[in-house]
Amino acid sequence: MNEAFHNESRPNAEALGDASGFFPALPEKMSVRNLDFFYGDHRALKSVSVPLFDRKVTAFIGPSGCGKSTLLRVLNRMYDLYPGQRAVGNVLLDGENVLDPKLDVNALRARVGMVFQKPTPFPMTIYENIAFGVRLYEKLGKADMDERVEKALRGAAIWDEVKDKLNASGLSLSGGQQQRLCIARTVAIQPEVILFDEPCSALDPISTAKIEELFDELRSEYTIAIVTHNMQQAVRVSQYTAFMYLGEMVEFGETDQIFQTPREIRTQDYITGRFG
Amino acid sequence: MSLASIRKARSAIAMGACIGSAVLGIAALALILGALLWNGFSSLNLDVFAKMTPPPGASGGLLNAIVGSLIMTIMGVAIGAPLGLLAGTYMAEYGRYSKLTTLVRFINDILLSAPSIVIGLFVYEITVLQMGHFSAYAGALALALLVVPVVVRTTEDMLNLVPGGLREAAIAMGLPRSLIIRHIAYKAARAGLITGLLLAVARVSGETAPLLFTALNNQFFSTNLNAPMASLPVVIFQFAMSPYKDWQSLAWAGALLITTAVLVLSIGARILGAQKTFK
Amino acid sequence: MAEHTVKSFDAELELLGRHISEMGGIAEKMLADAMDALANMNAELAQQVIAVDPRLDALQRTVEEETVSIIARRQPVAVDLREIVGALRISSDLERVGDLAKNIAKRTVKIAGEGRVPRAIGGLRGMHDLAVVQLNDVLDAYAQRDAERAKTVWVRDAELDALEDAVFRELLTYMMEDPRNITFCTHLLFCSKNLERVGDHTTNIAETVYYIVGGRPLPTDRPRGGATAAA
Repeated sequence: MNEAFHNESRPNAEALGDASGFFPALPEKMSVRNLDFFYGDHRALKSVSVPLFDRKVTAFIGPSGCGKSTLLRVLNRMYDLYPGQRAVGNVLLDGENVLDPKLDVNALRARVGMVFQKPTPFPMTIYENIAFGVRLYEKLGKADMDERVEKALRGAAIWDEVKDKLNASGLSLSGGQQQRLCIARTVAIQPEVILFDEPCSALDPISTAKIEELFDELRSEYTIAIVTHNMQQAVRVSQYTAFMYLGEMVEFGETDQIFQTPREIRTQDYITGRFG
Repeated sequence: MSLASIRKARSAIAMGACIGSAVLGIAALALILGALLWNGFSSLNLDVFAKMTPPPGASGGLLNAIVGSLIMTIMGVAIGAPLGLLAGTYMAEYGRYSKLTTLVRFINDILLSAPSIVIGLFVYEITVLQMGHFSAYAGALALALLVVPVVVRTTEDMLNLVPGGLREAAIAMGLPRSLIIRHIAYKAARAGLITGLLLAVARVSGETAPLLFTALNNQFFSTNLNAPMASLPVVIFQFAMSPYKDWQSLAWAGALLITTAVLVLSIGARILGAQKTFK
Repeated sequence: MAEHTVKSFDAELELLGRHISEMGGIAEKMLADAMDALANMNAELAQQVIAVDPRLDALQRTVEEETVSIIARRQPVAVDLREIVGALRISSDLERVGDLAKNIAKRTVKIAGEGRVPRAIGGLRGMHDLAVVQLNDVLDAYAQRDAERAKTVWVRDAELDALEDAVFRELLTYMMEDPRNITFCTHLLFCSKNLERVGDHTTNIAETVYYIVGGRPLPTDRPRGGATAAA
């Protein structure tokens, strides 16, 4: 490609180089700064910096093993569960360091919820699936709890499908419904950030569309990060996109910019299907 | 001969061997069961459930042995099952990656395959010898020691089968570990855990050797836990060895009772195990 | 640029590019023939130009179908998407260039018998020569994905606009000299307008090429006609 052209048409090239100073007008709900992550001796994230803007959807794309899921699992300290995994650097949630060993991780996870690739309804009724988590954080009367359950199920666009069988097992639902139940469960405990780890990869196109439709609504209340292998999905649901490769943050920017005029050759090669 | 026909011939031979072995095994089992049913049913009557073990030549039943077996089995399971459940839970949930778990699992496996007579001797050593007499306590303890490894094993296995995703999902909601184990892991593994428990009961209810050294036997009805107590397997052992016809037939009746109980438990465990436990 | 993992995608893009260059070649030839026919009052050559136009139209439809099909099947993004949208736009510009050449040829057929003021053709020849160079350059720029060259073409269009101004004044002079020239010169006036329009489409193509390469449009304020030629 033509170098002269690039220099001329990119007056802000320098200003865009640093993740922390990207779009100073937008508040950052979470900020990852110079994050390194290790599985034993293997360095899975290499000095990654990326913001999650308040009430925006940020998509993380990249080939398998690029570290995008790993990054997501750092944001709510899921990696704590496994020995030999450690994170070095800063991950701020409203300015507070998430990686602080003294931090109450359960409180963190209540603020930063997560929805997984495979739907994981708990082995209990649909109602209990929602109420179970809520009870831990709030003492609600029967009527208030009913209301909360309904609100959460409505928020996940599944109320109409389950309102007549709230006492049926969560496992009796279809895959797409189960996933929306999981979203409702997460929403019910009123987190501030929701992390989605390939939430639609096990679902059919209709269920996928229903969940994508949800993102626009969820975005008005929650800050959202989504890892996806489906680039069209990233385009459809996100306002910001981060492209990762081999543990590095290659490019972060507005989704439209990333998919129309990526600055990095590696980004372009990936999104246009030229990797190899 | 072509390659294909050689292969066909080989396959036929292998298949024949398999079927032959299966038939042999099933036939042996059928013979045993047949003899048991034949002799057992012919000796079975109401007296078996209503009367004590008789002296030779008198009429009697197995009441004291049945009650003794029930008492000691229930006690053994009541002591062993919670221990095993807690240990298994630790291994699968809290200490999944710790060295202690590896060590415990190794020892548990040895215990699982240890001859029950060794367990009996051990309990004899630490209780009967110390207390100076045989007792139901000692018998129950010996049975408990047999229950523990079975329950530990099934608990750990069943909890490990609970999908990691389910656990992660619960953890990601900020739920504390104890709550997740009680309300999610146990629930998801419920059928498996109950199966394990039933298998443990089935295993100990037929054990003779450990009781021989601990609870010994008692010709009279007794619910005193601090005294020797009768039990079906020991009574069967003694009566079957005796030269008296009526004792022998009582032994058959007892054997039928135990077999039926174990069979019912096993089938129950099967049915529960076949239920869809988790997804 | 690296190849796509899906090789058939590359093949499709390549075919699309080939169709565009074929269209470019035909449009160039039509323009040159139309000018020759006009200069020599050769009605036969003019008829040939008119006869070629349907081929250009057909090719444009092919390009349209190909782009729609690629978008539907490959969901192209970034440079691929620009490439395909660019091909669509360039093909329609080239088709218009063909139409303009055909227009000149049609007028040639009409006025071939008259041949009133041969010296009036001179100015048109100058416009044509520049238009052809521009078209040629922009097609090269497209073939090489050369944004700088496209930009040069885009800037130089001002020269063509200036030439059109001059031709306009010249033809006006002839008409005032002798009212019998008016019909003939009016036709030539339309021809000069057509050549100027060719320049505009060439500029459009230059803008498209610039966009394909870098993903950013050229600024909206281009040096306009009549002004002194910008460099």
